[in-house]
Amino acid sequence: MTTGTPTVQATKRVHVGSEAEFEEGSRKIVEVDGKRVGVFKYRGKYRAYLNVCLHQGGPVCEGKYFPRTTAEVNDGGELIKEGSDFDSAHLVCPWHGWEYDLATGEHVADSSYALKKYTVTIEDGDVYVQQ
Amino acid sequence: MSRELYTRSNVWVENTLSNAREQAADRGYDDFLIVDVDAHHYENRAWADIVPFMEDGPMKEWAHAQVYRGSTGGASMNASAALTGVQIGNQEVGGRIVRAGRNFKDAVTEADDERHHDVVRMLWAMDNMGVDYTVMFPTPMLNLGMHPQIEAEVSLARAYNRWLTQVLLPQDDRIKTMIYLPFNDPKAALEFVEEFGALDSVVGFMVTSVRNRMVHHNDYAPVYSAIQDLGKPLAFHAAYNWNEPNLAQLNKFISIHALGFTTSNMVHLTNWIINGLPERFPDLDVLWIESGLAWIPFMMQRLDNEYMMRTSEAPLLKKLPSEYMRDMYFSTQPMELHHNEKALEVTFEMMDAPNRLLFSSDYPHWDYDLPSTIYDRPTLSEEDKRKILGGNAQRLFKLPDGVRKKLARATDW
Repeated sequence: MTTGTPTVQATKRVHVGSEAEFEEGSRKIVEVDGKRVGVFKYRGKYRAYLNVCLHQGGPVCEGKYFPRTTAEVNDGGELIKEGSDFDSAHLVCPWHGWEYDLATGEHVADSSYALKKYTVTIEDGDVYVQQ
Repeated sequence: MSRELYTRSNVWVENTLSNAREQAADRGYDDFLIVDVDAHHYENRAWADIVPFMEDGPMKEWAHAQVYRGSTGGASMNASAALTGVQIGNQEVGGRIVRAGRNFKDAVTEADDERHHDVVRMLWAMDNMGVDYTVMFPTPMLNLGMHPQIEAEVSLARAYNRWLTQVLLPQDDRIKTMIYLPFNDPKAALEFVEEFGALDSVVGFMVTSVRNRMVHHNDYAPVYSAIQDLGKPLAFHAAYNWNEPNLAQLNKFISIHALGFTTSNMVHLTNWIINGLPERFPDLDVLWIESGLAWIPFMMQRLDNEYMMRTSEAPLLKKLPSEYMRDMYFSTQPMELHHNEKALEVTFEMMDAPNRLLFSSDYPHWDYDLPSTIYDRPTLSEEDKRKILGGNAQRLFKLPDGVRKKLARATDW
């Protein structure tokens, strides 16, 4: 058995870019501790997720955004139409189409699946991400 | 919310399979053999190359006219609709799924490589996924079983098989095929077995399941005998037919895809067993492709239950339908993976998966599976994983030993 000072695993903070580079809806893929992470600006806030889909490990952070698909039923139970809710953005894995709420990282059909989150901090106008 | 958000959603994907390559490295796929018994290329891009392999006559005139109908670029793609029919569908879920090989930047066509594009594409995917051998199948041609002109299926399939075995497959021995059989013409199917059966690149024969022909008809006995004599397997490859009367009432692609790919094989498997074909051709290995796994316990339970009550209707059977199914081979994809671990474990046991299940990716079709769909199952031993991922197929197809260290070859484009 070895003795000594317990080491704390230092999580590396990675510089993503300046805030000025981030338009609403833009994203960057950066490497954090050897893993690819997607950093998104959505509704004015930054979010970061591991670029691994919970289905088969696809590059979910490189997928497209799609609005939530809606269906309208009237009081009589008739289906009136299907449509799109542009206020609810889904991040869709390009491999097999698993859809996640861009705001929360949760699968839109089963919230027990949630993308691994990373912490985003802003300092002096610069965006950083870490585990 | 601004709709501009959605216009910013297109990102350049450097390598759509880089995560697959990481999985392959993490799981040590370089250390053991992986065989993919069902992957595809898009032969519809190549009709201009395939048509010259057709025999002279009106069918060649017809096909030639489709390819060269005053068009310049994209001649083959345009011709494909007229040759094999247009399949209605929504494979990419309104653009959500980005499929390598289709939506992907066509860098491979610019690459300095003398091999055919489809060979280069296939090897690229195999190396990134960690696959040693792949069985290559066509794509739109899987609809030819419904072509009202039987000679169209025969003549196009003959040309395709000649092109595939003479041009593509000699370019790399890691790519094999199971010969497309024109099943609507049993005599022609027998000719195909005789013409292509001895080739090393041919590891078996394939019938596309979308058709309305009874597999137990006596007309097929010579075909099955010939295949049995060769010692190579016969596969039924599922697909969907949205024009099938009962299925035509399904209004969404999710529905026709979920049912079509299973029912097409369910019908043939039922006829195969109830009419005693396993007893009539006891040494013929049969493989069922692309219906997933959930249908297998369903069929075993359903057929056994009926057979116990109506034994006299299946006089050739000497054991339960489920026992015949345990002698058959099945491909994995598309595996039902959502919160199903317990059901999968039961399925593996019922079907004797460690000896009868063969990994398949179906790459690059939209619901493709990676080897991790098998490797990550907690209920399988390491030995059983390796048998399902490669060992069983190696035995069935009589493939040589030797792992290719494929990951070192994996490249981005």
